[in-house]
Amino acid sequence: MTDVFLQTRGLTCERDWRVLFSGLDLQIGRGQMLQVSGPNGSGKTSLLRLLAGLMQPTEGEILYQGQALGRQRHELARHTLWIGHAAGIKGLLTPEENLAWLTALQHGASDEAITTALHAVGLQGFEDVPCHTLSAGQQRRVGLARLYLPQAPALWILDEPFTALDKKAVAQLEQHLADHCEQGGMVIFTTHHELQQRPAGFFELELGQ
Amino acid sequence: MNWNWGSKRMGKVFFLLLVREARLMFRRPGELVNPLVFFAIVISLFPLAVGPESQLLRTLSPGLVWVAALLAVLLSLDGLFRSDFEDGSLEQWVVSPHPLGVLVLAKVLAHWLFSGLPLVLLSPVLALMLGLPTDHIPVLLVSLLLGTPILSLLGAVGAALTVGLKRGGILLTLLILPLYIPVLILGSGVLQAALQGLPTLGFLLWMGSMLMLAITLTPLAIAAGIKISVGE
Repeated sequence: MTDVFLQTRGLTCERDWRVLFSGLDLQIGRGQMLQVSGPNGSGKTSLLRLLAGLMQPTEGEILYQGQALGRQRHELARHTLWIGHAAGIKGLLTPEENLAWLTALQHGASDEAITTALHAVGLQGFEDVPCHTLSAGQQRRVGLARLYLPQAPALWILDEPFTALDKKAVAQLEQHLADHCEQGGMVIFTTHHELQQRPAGFFELELGQ
Repeated sequence: MNWNWGSKRMGKVFFLLLVREARLMFRRPGELVNPLVFFAIVISLFPLAVGPESQLLRTLSPGLVWVAALLAVLLSLDGLFRSDFEDGSLEQWVVSPHPLGVLVLAKVLAHWLFSGLPLVLLSPVLALMLGLPTDHIPVLLVSLLLGTPILSLLGAVGAALTVGLKRGGILLTLLILPLYIPVLILGSGVLQAALQGLPTLGFLLWMGSMLMLAITLTPLAIAAGIKISVGE
């Protein structure tokens, strides 16, 4: 059981006096991919936000490598990459500037690595235009370009990563997520989209039952 | 915990955040100019409304400059964290391995550099218009230099707490104005003292110590406020 990276024990989440889920036991280790599914309002995003450390659970605890979070919050933060509904992209900044800042918050990356990542998500030619002139899907790609940087953290927590992407980009992202897991990374994500490619460590959690 | 990793990158992130804020400011110059225009308009209306009695205006000038500066800072604070909240930037700051307090300190410093400092630099012109004697300009400048960062830091606490609310503006004002009063009293008091030929150093030292206190404590409060707003 030593390779369990992140674990929850009796996790309960309450919002506006409504219990979204309770007593949730969950664990994810290297190479695993977890799809959180369930109807709208079943607490998918809340669970992801709890795991990313943006919210505090009503009850229960989150364990990082077998030990309670708390002092290890920063340690976990270094290994976690969170992309929410809003990906933290500034409309007034260019994709390059956005990406440079977002990676600086984590590990930092060279200019070449940033350009390569933007090319990988199909944004070549758009590096220097302000993001508010890009389409919704292109803006989404700017956020997702973080996944293509070297030294990307091990655990990716992605809320609806496939939103606004075209078919080809969806397939590419699925492949990339699977590759990340094959290489020992972890992905926790929500989507209503039916995955075509599932790595060996894939499992699903259905909320709102 | 690996402190070495943190401290090495921390300074760089602090600097990069300042650069990011500067870029954002200069690509949206309207927000840069708004508080300045407000400040200038409020002060230039007084001679028109009160009448050109120079003695009266001179007596009022310390209070007028300070009240106008305070309101201008307050006006600019409402949107301090709003766009970062809406586009998810604050979430990224909260989940980053860097201490949130240091990040918000950089944010407030940038805000002060681009809205507070121009205000301070503009104030001598407006003070002269009110008839404040030239030899008191240095005291005015020092008092505003010490006072406006306190206003920005305290206001940021309120801005962090109200950023998640639809109409946080009024609430922000109600929360923050009581905290501004000591700064206002000291700030205009130092000028009153100068006008009456009394020593001003004591007032300025008080303001300096309040500034130190604000720099030390408010980042923790701002960070806590942001965590609450983002966690809702």
